[in-house]
Amino acid sequence: MAINWFKYSAPTTFYGLAGKLIPWFAIFAAILFAIGLYIGFFVAPVDAQQGEFYRIIFIHVPASILSMFLYMIMAGYAALGLIFNTRLSAMMASAIAPTGALFALISLWTGALWGKPMWGAWWMWDARMTSELILLFLYLGFIALHASIDDPRRADRAAALLAIVGSVNVPIIYFSVKWWNTLHQGATIKFGGTSMHVAMQQSLFIMMLACWLYAIAVVLARVRSIILERERNTTWINDLQEVRS
Amino acid sequence: MQELRDRMKPRQKRFVFIAVAVAGLSLAVGLVLYALRGNVNLYFTPTQVFNNEVPQGRSFRIGGLVEEGSVKRDKEGLATNFVITDTNKKIPVTYKGILPDLFKEGKGVVAQGKVEADGVMHAEEVLAKHDENYMPPEAADAIKKAGEANAASKAAAGMPVTPVAK
Repeated sequence: MAINWFKYSAPTTFYGLAGKLIPWFAIFAAILFAIGLYIGFFVAPVDAQQGEFYRIIFIHVPASILSMFLYMIMAGYAALGLIFNTRLSAMMASAIAPTGALFALISLWTGALWGKPMWGAWWMWDARMTSELILLFLYLGFIALHASIDDPRRADRAAALLAIVGSVNVPIIYFSVKWWNTLHQGATIKFGGTSMHVAMQQSLFIMMLACWLYAIAVVLARVRSIILERERNTTWINDLQEVRS
Repeated sequence: MQELRDRMKPRQKRFVFIAVAVAGLSLAVGLVLYALRGNVNLYFTPTQVFNNEVPQGRSFRIGGLVEEGSVKRDKEGLATNFVITDTNKKIPVTYKGILPDLFKEGKGVVAQGKVEADGVMHAEEVLAKHDENYMPPEAADAIKKAGEANAASKAAAGMPVTPVAK
């Protein structure tokens, strides 16, 4: 039996589907966070160079990777919205932005907390840190631009352009430590292998998965409220159980 | 070309517009970054200092490894003298202040300051730079021992000893 995928690109059906999926993503995110943090803080061995300090990597690296990936997904949805004029794509882009901004902020914050004891500096204007800061500003700019235009369809288009233009920054963040000399070290997780001990890898992998599930859960919850707000004058919204009561 | 443009649906036109815009923008950003490549680098290498590629009479950063056996701490006071090397050229550095915990011989370092007429960098700030490898101390010891054993066996066989990678 062929599934009609386009059916789910309509807010009408997606609203219900998202509602059913959220608890699952949320529950598994919570379980994986607990396991990942336990392995990271109690099972993984100390690092030969950095001792206990390196353990912030289990929060820092997943947050940084998510902040970059979420931006690309947001820009992808923004482009889809511009090209196909679909309502849901633009709503997804707006729903992703706050979570992406949160992860970018966590990445910068934990990076500073890690940098002070190890490098001797909270902050350094090197290519990696500066480009990640620009990523945070791009997220905030996207949110602010969208909020500053009253007509939602025009706001979608303007913010989508900003998101697409900003996507140039993501490869710069990733390759910055290769292209220039920076205080930040090179990538630990590379295409085709890591330079890390096994227990450390496991925790990092689980934490990354947990962050993904968390991000999906909150983005779906946020997109549901955006749908409710934007489609409040339609009959299907007013026929919903939770709206009627 | 005109014919093709007439045949395309509006959404195809929008797709082509976005694709061309992103490609053009990437090219522009790429060219800007290429033009600025020297400014984006956080530090200069000792070789660049010797080639006079560094700003004259101004403070700048040098990055490299702390040379093995070069760290000398002042008996009274906080001054430390050491040598930064990129295995090609060497720059002596003197620094008065507290060094980060990771500052060690053979490890990465970034120092900011002025190189005076005597060829010594008077650093205002010294930062440690660590690598991207994470392993427990036992694993690090094993790698070190394997490297030493390898060097010893090579020396015994009369082969040139290559320095062990840190």
